[in-house]
Parts: sequence; C-alpha cells; structure tokens
Amino acid sequence: MAVALVALALVALPLVGLLQRAPWTALPGLLGRPVVVDALRLSLGTSLAATGLSVVLGVPLAWVLARAELPGRRLVRAVVVLPMVLPPVVGGAALLFALGRRGLVGQWLDQHFGILLPFSPAGVVVAQTFVAMPFLVVSVEAGFRAVDARFEHAAATLGASPWTVFRRVTLPGIAPSLAAGAVLCWARALGEFGATITFAGNLGGRTRTLPLATYQALQSDRGAALALSLVLVGVSLAVLLALRDRWFGAAG
Amino acid sequence: MPARLAVAVVALALATVPVGCGGGPGERAGAGSGPVGGELRVAAAASLTEPFTALGRRFERAHPDVHLRFDFGPSSGLAQSLEEGAPADVFASADERIMDRVVDSGLVDRDEPVIFARNRLAIAVPVGNPGSVRGLDDLARPELLVGLCAADVPCGRLARALLRRAGVTPAVDTEELDAKALLSRITAGELDAGIVYHSDVVAAGDRVTAVAVPRGAPVATYPVAVLAGSAHPAAAAAFVTFVSSSTARPVLRRAGFLLP
Repeated sequence: MAVALVALALVALPLVGLLQRAPWTALPGLLGRPVVVDALRLSLGTSLAATGLSVVLGVPLAWVLARAELPGRRLVRAVVVLPMVLPPVVGGAALLFALGRRGLVGQWLDQHFGILLPFSPAGVVVAQTFVAMPFLVVSVEAGFRAVDARFEHAAATLGASPWTVFRRVTLPGIAPSLAAGAVLCWARALGEFGATITFAGNLGGRTRTLPLATYQALQSDRGAALALSLVLVGVSLAVLLALRDRWFGAAG
Repeated sequence: MPARLAVAVVALALATVPVGCGGGPGERAGAGSGPVGGELRVAAAASLTEPFTALGRRFERAHPDVHLRFDFGPSSGLAQSLEEGAPADVFASADERIMDRVVDSGLVDRDEPVIFARNRLAIAVPVGNPGSVRGLDDLARPELLVGLCAADVPCGRLARALLRRAGVTPAVDTEELDAKALLSRITAGELDAGIVYHSDVVAAGDRVTAVAVPRGAPVATYPVAVLAGSAHPAAAAAFVTFVSSSTARPVLRRAGFLLP
C-alpha cells in the first residue's frame, strides 16, 4: 500500500508541480505569442498528416501481418514494432543516414528529384510517422485478427467485390481498433521530440513543433514553456478521455 | 512480504545513492578552507570542450586528490540548470550576460567572475565547400542549407549581431542548441554553411573548412567563476586560477581562442 502511494506520487507529483507553476492569469496572453501559435499550428498540421499517412500505409501493413501467409512474418513484425522501443533520437539518426542529404536513399532523392526531407515540415511528418505508425499497426492488426474471416468469405461467395467486402464487412469490424490506433498514433506524433530534432532540425514555423518549442523555451522563456506544456497536457488528457471506454471500461 | 521486500530495495537504493555520487573522504576535506580535494563539477560552455578537457588532465596531474567532472552545454541552458539547483562548483560561460544573470540570481559573488578567453566567429562549410560559400552574403542564398545557433544561446546571439552589422538577412533552415551541434551537422554535410566559433573549426581539424568573417566582427567573451554554493571552494578557486594561468594560456591559444 505504501509502495503504491510512492508510485502514485512519482507519477502525479510532476503534474502537480507543473500546474502550480502555471501562470493561469497570463495564460491567454502567453498562448497568443507567436512562438506558441507557430508551434501549435505546425504541430497540428504535421501530427494530423503523420496520422493520415500512418492510416494509409499502416492499415495495409496491419492486414499483411494479420492475414497474409508471409515467410518471416515474425521478423517483419519485430521490425515494424522496433520504433516503439527504440530511443527516438536513435530513430532520428537512422532517418538521417537513410533519408538525409548524404543518406542511402536521401542523396538519390536529392540528386534526381530535388527532394530534401531534413529541415522541412515534410521531414517532421516522416519523423513523426516513423515513431507513431507502429502504435496504429499494432492496434489495427489486433482488430483484423478479431474479425472472423468466415464473414468475409461468405460475403465474397455471395458476389461482393473485394472492395465491397472490405468496406462493408472488414472495415466495420476493425473500426474500433482503427479509431483507437489512430488516436494513440496522433498523440505519439504530437509529442514527438527526439526523432524530429535529430532528423528535421529546429526552425520556428517550419520544423519547431510543440515539444521542441517547449524545450527551447525552457532555456529562456519560462512563461511560454509553461503555456506550451499546458497545451500538451490538455491534449494528453483529451486523448485519455477519448479512449477511456477502451482502457478503463472493463476495469470499471 | 513482497511489499516489505520492495521497501527494502528502495531503502537500499536510496542508501547507496550518496555513496555513489560522493567523492569519498576528500568530499568533506574539501569543504571550507582545508586541503584541495574531492570531485569538482565544472559546468562549461560547449565551445570549451576541447581546451577544458586538456586542461582538466593537467589540473588533475597537479592535484591528484581532485577529480574533475565536466558538464558541457549551451551556456544559457547550463545557467538555467544552475538556477534550478544543479550541483556545480565552477561555471564557465561563453557570454558575460549569462554570467551576469547567474550573479543576479545570487549563485556567484559579484566580484568573482574573471574573463579568461575570447572567441571569434567563423563561417564553417563542409570539406570541399559544396555550396561555394565565400562570405556572409552567401548565407542569404535560399538554395543553400544554412544553420545558426538558436537566438538565445551565445553563438546564436553573436552570429545574428554579425549578420545584422553586415546587412545580411540569412535564409536559415535550422537553429541548433549549441555551436557543437551545428558544427556536427556541417561536418556531416547536412548543411552547406553555418556560423560557429573559430575554436570549433580548429577543434574539427580537417573535417570542416572555414570561411573567414570580416574584421571587427563581434567576439564572444568567456568569464569563469566559483559558485557560491560550491562544496569544494578551495579546489574550485584553484581551477579558476589555473584556467587563467600561464600554463593554460598556450592550450587555449592553440584551441583557437584569443586571450584577454
């Protein structure tokens, strides 16, 4: 019991610390500062784009992992899940070696197409997708496994096209997992720091997302740092509320 | 029973922490005016990494009972940590304003800081100068990837002052947290150019090429001071004296610093 209280304090105390230092009265003014507004706008745009990209790429990947007869599927899954356990800074460095200007694929993209991902908002989206997509894939893969394949077969034998089967049978089956996975993925993308600053750099309005702006503001402008932190805490609480049935429903 | 075990583990962990961090017998001996000794924590600007590491080895040879532990980082970030209570005995900043801030916070006595070095700025470009950078004007070319230090760290503030004086509006692609981070992006070829300290270019040797900045450009000033809360004031004072000594000056000069 006492140990449980220590554990609870360890988790709750920093939040209390943040909230008691929060400049509540000055908050509206702080939230209107260019530093905060730029970071908020950029973060919303990039994290939603990363979530969209994760859905478009991650759902087929989850389907392959759940349904396809694939040699070495366990290895593929391990690679897919790796960014969840990899330190994000390492992920950012890896992205740099792959997609940076002197990277494996990056130098080719630069020379032939003039595409340069680092130091651009697109680079932020790539970094966020790298780190956040596994959360969606894992969730949606579980969803695919829960859908009974016999319904899909039945629909197909009744003359439904593959697209109709997916849209009318499979998609409704995975919808809850897809929604939960997308929310988790978005939250992770929004909070992404290490891979972003390593791969995409740090420039106001272009690549300086909320977490980067918070970190930088801590060095010079405490008020702005607190305001930015509160925005991120608010978002996190909203995610918890959105997912409360899924996570806390069973436990009461 | 498991709960008791957990409590025991936590208690054991807490009990070992001070032993793990402390410097042993010298710790207590160093406090007050007694003999120089113990572990000395030096928070220093990132640009001092090379000369201070070299000077630290010499200092430890001269004072075998002192073990130096350096914390290199952006001066502004270090000052922030000190204000938050990070333990340190000596602070060496790349900016007088930041030292003044620490003095104003009461962490350093007002007459304590000594200026021991200065540093020029330089434009650093990757080997071979792929962007054909010849001077400050080139930093305004939008097709180049240009980096500066963030505006709130000393190298960023100075670089912006330099560019303003030259009437150049740079096309910046990224702002790094200190000059070392910026330089590593340049040596890796991720950026075409950036403004760093001359000493950083010297430290990087043949991994980077330097383009000179105009004469009369602003220069960084480095003060060093013993922190008022130092656990080893005698050893800290000895180190502060040492970095201004005739032994230290050639090391700093070779590292690319100017001497006051």
